[in-house]
Amino acid sequence: MNAQERILARIREALKVPAPKPGSHGHGGHGRDVAPAPVFAFQGRPVQVARSWLPPGGSTPQEHLTRFAAASAELKTDFRCVESESEAHAQLRHIADSEGWARVASHHSPLTDAATAALARPTLFTDGGYVPDELEVCEVGITTCDVLVAQTGSLVVNSRTSGGRALSVLPPHHVVLARKDQLVCDLTDAFQRVEQLHGAHWPSMISLVTGPSRTGDIERILVLGAHGPKKLTVLMW
Amino acid sequence: MSNAAQQFLEAAGTITRNLRHRGLIQTALRKYEVARDRKKSAFNDWSSARQSAAETKWDAINHLDTYLTEFTSKIEARGTKVHWCTTGPEARDTIRGIIKDAKAKCVVKSKAMTAEEIHLNEALEKDGFEVVESDLGEFIVQLRKEPPYHIVFPAMHLTRDEISDLFERELGSAPTREPEELTMIARRALRRKYIQADVGITGANFAIAETGMVSITENEGNARLTAALPRVMVTLLGIEKILPKLEDLALFLPLLATAGAGQTVTGYNTLYGGPRQPGESDGPIEWHVVLLDNRRTELLADPEQRDALHCIRCGACLNVCPIFRNVGGHTYGTTYSGPVGSVITPHLRGLQEWKHLSNASSLCGACTEACPVKIDLHHHLLQNRRNAVGDSPSWIERLAWRAHAFAVNTPALYQFGQEVARIVEPLRLRLQGTPLDPVKSWTRTRDLPPVAPESFKEWWRNRR
Ligand code: SF4
Repeated sequence: MNAQERILARIREALKVPAPKPGSHGHGGHGRDVAPAPVFAFQGRPVQVARSWLPPGGSTPQEHLTRFAAASAELKTDFRCVESESEAHAQLRHIADSEGWARVASHHSPLTDAATAALARPTLFTDGGYVPDELEVCEVGITTCDVLVAQTGSLVVNSRTSGGRALSVLPPHHVVLARKDQLVCDLTDAFQRVEQLHGAHWPSMISLVTGPSRTGDIERILVLGAHGPKKLTVLMW
Repeated sequence: MSNAAQQFLEAAGTITRNLRHRGLIQTALRKYEVARDRKKSAFNDWSSARQSAAETKWDAINHLDTYLTEFTSKIEARGTKVHWCTTGPEARDTIRGIIKDAKAKCVVKSKAMTAEEIHLNEALEKDGFEVVESDLGEFIVQLRKEPPYHIVFPAMHLTRDEISDLFERELGSAPTREPEELTMIARRALRRKYIQADVGITGANFAIAETGMVSITENEGNARLTAALPRVMVTLLGIEKILPKLEDLALFLPLLATAGAGQTVTGYNTLYGGPRQPGESDGPIEWHVVLLDNRRTELLADPEQRDALHCIRCGACLNVCPIFRNVGGHTYGTTYSGPVGSVITPHLRGLQEWKHLSNASSLCGACTEACPVKIDLHHHLLQNRRNAVGDSPSWIERLAWRAHAFAVNTPALYQFGQEVARIVEPLRLRLQGTPLDPVKSWTRTRDLPPVAPESFKEWWRNRR
């Protein structure tokens, strides 16, 4: 028997005796030798049941937007909802000037290609591989995302269509370009959307990003930019 | 008394008198409480959400064989190598083998309590590998050569001044009182390591059976970098981390973050389903998932306490525990401290050696109340006490209870006992707590109620 078979056999042996229903505080029987309550039939799954118990995400697109903005403010995400793509580009140029970006990193996609063209600065594209040291010296990583979540102020990037694993976390500033219709109500919707997008062929990494990198490890005082980006900007139109 | 019990008592005695330590812990945990309560109130129904999580975990653990098989076959299909390990040493040797095969020199690691459990760092360092902890708190305690103080907040027992001194001594940085500056010192020290390292080791918070993915929760981005740049990635996870479906995360991520740190969700919750896939621009070429049993199956075999495997290691039970808040994390001498540690350590490392932890509890139930997956922690402590006595009864106690039962079942004897007690009462009061007191160890911290001047029967008789 190999280790896998051995462990699985031990698990099957252990599970021959059923365990009491959760939350019954052991009142299904007392003592080790008394058979506990009969097997409990589990039915609830968050998507059907628990969703209504979680923090709400709002019910209209306008409410989603308000919630996302409020969550972003609390997380210290710089969220800007603008009228048009060209206005987003104007904002991007403005940030680039004020921060003095010399090297930009991004990946190829309709949204990012238009934005990097508008920026007109030396750009490292991560598609097809790159040298980590070259990415490390870039001041900003500009990516798209799969979906944004009103409930939590999060967004989802992945390793196939958002420029790889490191682009959104190695440079000190992460800029996300998004369309308004990518904003969904809550995590349940977000996972559903992600499954629709990638379920047939999963990328190797999918990351739910909520605010810039942070730590409270020193006296529980919040510091931004522990290892990942110190700044997270979301430009949406 | 076991060695571990002796050490616990000594360490507890010292640290509870340390007012500086107490102040630090109380301040940190009060901050946590405020944040947690605020985030809890954002839930439409916190207690139903907990119940749902408990049921989901119940489902996962009680069909563990099915879900584990589903999980491993899915990740293997994407080119992941899965290693099943029965014991800690087995898992350690597996990981050492992977690192040797990769001809690695430098290893970066993100926070993993399972790695603490199997003492991975010591083993790797003995082999001559440089292992760098990348989580800020873990980085700090690693520099101090001590174990993490808390499963979620590893360095919460240190002040900024102590950390500044440490960095000055170990890294040669300039002293500072700014947490921001200190964080940046660590950031700079670790940046190069991510790029240089050949192997990245991570833990995991959940393993999703349906899609074949692990989910890693963090705030700093260090786990993401650890999983992005080195060419080999190793993920060590306990077999109990299973969740059936991807959408279960919609419930578990907010619960974990709210209960554990007072956040809606943590900064990065990242799913990994395989090594770099065709067409992707970066990520490890090899991904090894090391599945660890290490006596979890023994806990599984106890239906009464099986739900202890539902634990998502959020640390909430530690944070609310009056014992933890007084004796601190290091006193326990275990990988997992606080109520959950007291429940599972006897299963993982031996009941008789670790039964004293079940007594380090006021049975107030604050832990059970705080647990986001509704583990019945304080009842499990009671059950551990019962099992410890059942397995190895103390004859003195048995004799005492026999005698007591005989006396209270014999009215004449009981009556006589009362008379005697009343007569010796003044003497007892005088002796209480002095070296002559035969039950000193008990009365030192407790008051014996005074013997009533007359019994109820006598009172009733006199009243008529
Ligand atoms: S036992 Fe419950 S409260 Fe304690 S760490 Fe585990 S999940 Fe959290």
